[in-house]
Amino acid sequence: MAQYNLNVNGTNHQVEVSHEDTPLLWVLRDHLKLAGTKFGCGIAQCGSCTVHVDGIATRACSLPVSAAEGKSIITIEGLSEKGDHPLQKAWIEHDVPQCGYCQAGQIMNAAALLEQNPNPSDDEIDSAMNGNLCRCGTYLRVKAAIKTAASQMS
Amino acid sequence: MTLINTTFKRRSFLKVSAASTGGLVIGFNWLTSCTPADQPVSEVPDEWFDINAFLKIGDNGIVTIYSPNPEIGQNVKTAMPMIVAEELDVDWEMVSVEQAPLDSENYSRQVAGGSQSIRRGWNGLRMAGATARRMLLEAAAKEWNVPIEELTTDMGMIYHKSSERSISYGEVASLAAGITPPEQVDLKDPGQFKIIGTPRKNVDGPKIVMGEPLFGLDVDREGMLYAGIIHAPAFGMKMKSFNAESAKAMPGIRDVFVINTAPPDRDPYEQIAVVGNSTWEVFKAKSSVEVEWEKAGDLENTGGHFDSMDDLLGSRAQEPSRNDGNAEKAFENAAKVIERTYTAPFLAHNTMEPMNFFADVRQNEVELLGPIQTPQRLRSQVATLLGRDESTVSVMMTRQGGGFGRRLYGNFGVEAAAISDIIKAPVKLVYTREDDMTQGTYRPAYRVVYRAALDASNNLIGFHIKGTGIHGSPVFENRFPAGTVENYLVENFRLDSNITTGAWRAPRSNFIAGAEQSFLDEVAEAAGKDPIDFRLELFERAMSNPIGENNDYDASRYAGVLKLVKEKSDWGTETPGVFRGVSAYYCHNSYVAQVLDLVREGDDLRIKKVTCAVDCGIVVNPEGALNQIEGGLTDGIGHAMYGALTFNEGKPEQDNFHTYRLIRHGEAPVEIDTHFVQNGIDPTGLGEPGLPPISGALANAIYQATGNRLYSQPFANNNEGVKVNLI
Repeated sequence: MAQYNLNVNGTNHQVEVSHEDTPLLWVLRDHLKLAGTKFGCGIAQCGSCTVHVDGIATRACSLPVSAAEGKSIITIEGLSEKGDHPLQKAWIEHDVPQCGYCQAGQIMNAAALLEQNPNPSDDEIDSAMNGNLCRCGTYLRVKAAIKTAASQMS
Repeated sequence: MTLINTTFKRRSFLKVSAASTGGLVIGFNWLTSCTPADQPVSEVPDEWFDINAFLKIGDNGIVTIYSPNPEIGQNVKTAMPMIVAEELDVDWEMVSVEQAPLDSENYSRQVAGGSQSIRRGWNGLRMAGATARRMLLEAAAKEWNVPIEELTTDMGMIYHKSSERSISYGEVASLAAGITPPEQVDLKDPGQFKIIGTPRKNVDGPKIVMGEPLFGLDVDREGMLYAGIIHAPAFGMKMKSFNAESAKAMPGIRDVFVINTAPPDRDPYEQIAVVGNSTWEVFKAKSSVEVEWEKAGDLENTGGHFDSMDDLLGSRAQEPSRNDGNAEKAFENAAKVIERTYTAPFLAHNTMEPMNFFADVRQNEVELLGPIQTPQRLRSQVATLLGRDESTVSVMMTRQGGGFGRRLYGNFGVEAAAISDIIKAPVKLVYTREDDMTQGTYRPAYRVVYRAALDASNNLIGFHIKGTGIHGSPVFENRFPAGTVENYLVENFRLDSNITTGAWRAPRSNFIAGAEQSFLDEVAEAAGKDPIDFRLELFERAMSNPIGENNDYDASRYAGVLKLVKEKSDWGTETPGVFRGVSAYYCHNSYVAQVLDLVREGDDLRIKKVTCAVDCGIVVNPEGALNQIEGGLTDGIGHAMYGALTFNEGKPEQDNFHTYRLIRHGEAPVEIDTHFVQNGIDPTGLGEPGLPPISGALANAIYQATGNRLYSQPFANNNEGVKVNLI
């Protein structure tokens, strides 16, 4: 058993896991019951599990919990208090989700992008978002929502 | 108004229930989250009144509508309740939506499949709303002691004009719940619709963007254990023996055992289940189980599949599927013959949410909860496996992280039940992506040969299709261009295999539409005709003088979408640097035509725009409808470009997204412009029809841009050696 101190969405948690290589994803989901961060591939190829680790968009499925200790972790549940982050509002305005499963990861990745680049071009959005898969094919609306949010944040 | 007979005659629907179950609160999160966050929360009603199985009304006028069908991303959870709300004549802002459980007595066809939810649900949903409205009116008439004919409704209010009285649905709901359901009700004329035809947001949108636990994978219960499954690494292999001693000794592992999920009258189908306290502990332990596998059948290869298909296509079918006129003679007399072969590989479903299910098998009852497109079938399978009465098995559907046909086959739900039955605890079974991709019910691999005969005046005088695929041909013998060509022959061949295949978004159509529409593009070119005009000529023939009886399409609606896309895309206007392809297809009762515009950027191609024309009759929710068309064609482009599952010695050679490529942001079209035909015909579905034609439009545009015709999918890795890179 190994213990880790995690700061998730501004709250400190002490978690105990039996494997040191337990990915942050499963600690969030199974231990802390934060199910908004999704499991899609387990190998950092689909982006469904994207969270912020010290402000950087990170694939929680491939980050051992040990590497997250002492860092500030933000999940979709902590992106805003009332679901009113400009991206969340833009996501509703553009009716982006179809099945909705990948969308938390899309939003978290987009939020990190806008932190770094408040006014991204289409190409910059494409390249920043290319790691987030959506089988429903909502890419156009994702892009439109990011642009709407960017315009409201600037 | 249309008078229809209702089926709401049984008193059992009518029960008055007190408020305050957990489910109600969930419904209200949606209402409150649609209002600005600093406004007070809408009040939960003190009391709810069940009007019928589709809705209940709170004493404050809030209406809960139960959406009967599984929600897999096709947005029926918004559209189906919209239809109920329309006939109820209520303010959509006062409606909250909840997923209904499987309830075969009160709902029909609780299936997400074949794009049929809206089409098959249409009358029943309208009836449910209209029946409730009628009961509310009767209650008000009784209350005021006035003839019901003098009452009108609007937005959840009942009015009596001459006495200038009004009352809300909430105020008469308790009285209405005691009214005997009418045997006949009036339905609105489409011209009276206030909700249907107006864009409405996904009812779960606010919860989705806040990461609320909506999906099967998010299910969490007190005392719940986690389970994983180990299946044979290859089709054609089965388990011989296993040693789980080291896995059982790993931390958090409760047990490792064999489950058999075959029905009692079949050969056993054995897999190994690993059960533990958390997902990661289970995943880790899975890799420590030592299993010896043995050969139980052929170990098939992709190359072998296509060799066998070629053998079949080189033979003659014993019985043609369709044979109009004399195709052989037409080809003998032809001035020009064009013959082309089209090929596509197996595809995995790759829903973003891997297969999973929750099961709690208790002594007297079984609870099943999770993502399933066919809940009724799952209930029956689990009842059979466990030897239980179906009435003791409940199934509740979560929101589903994609379906695309994979969740029509509930083997994962049966497995979860089998595991819970043995471990005697509630269990959530979760597949890894590798489990999901390597034990699928795949879109079959296909190969089809098209031949066309033109006479000296470039008239199409003969058409011949030979099709084959794993477990069946993709060719629909009675679809277009059947009915438009005098001499028409279809031969279908089936290739057996031990690889499991099944429905994958727009089964068969997902491949054959692109093959057919690419071929017709080439035939039009050979005939020296514009590709749209060429197709319209054929539809003209099908309308004025059709060949044969069983032509499975409406030529005027088919031509209608082509004409609309022609107009909306400014077809015929040459734009330098823009290369266009057109395609049209009819499947799942809806018609879709698409024009795809490519531009060159260096060595790469960019899809600048796709223009779509769609005829699905009445568009219930224009916002959701646009989403389905946009998503469907994006999905179709992705799979035509990149999708491929290949086999070596029975083993899938791709097992995750590093080797199985899906379309990504940068490869999607820059713009999609969709137009719907307005014709007032009863609505049909859109979950599938947007996908099939696009691979044809893409191939035809690629030809315009590169001079190369592509015949094998995936296009990015085509057998023609043409470099195609989308950006």
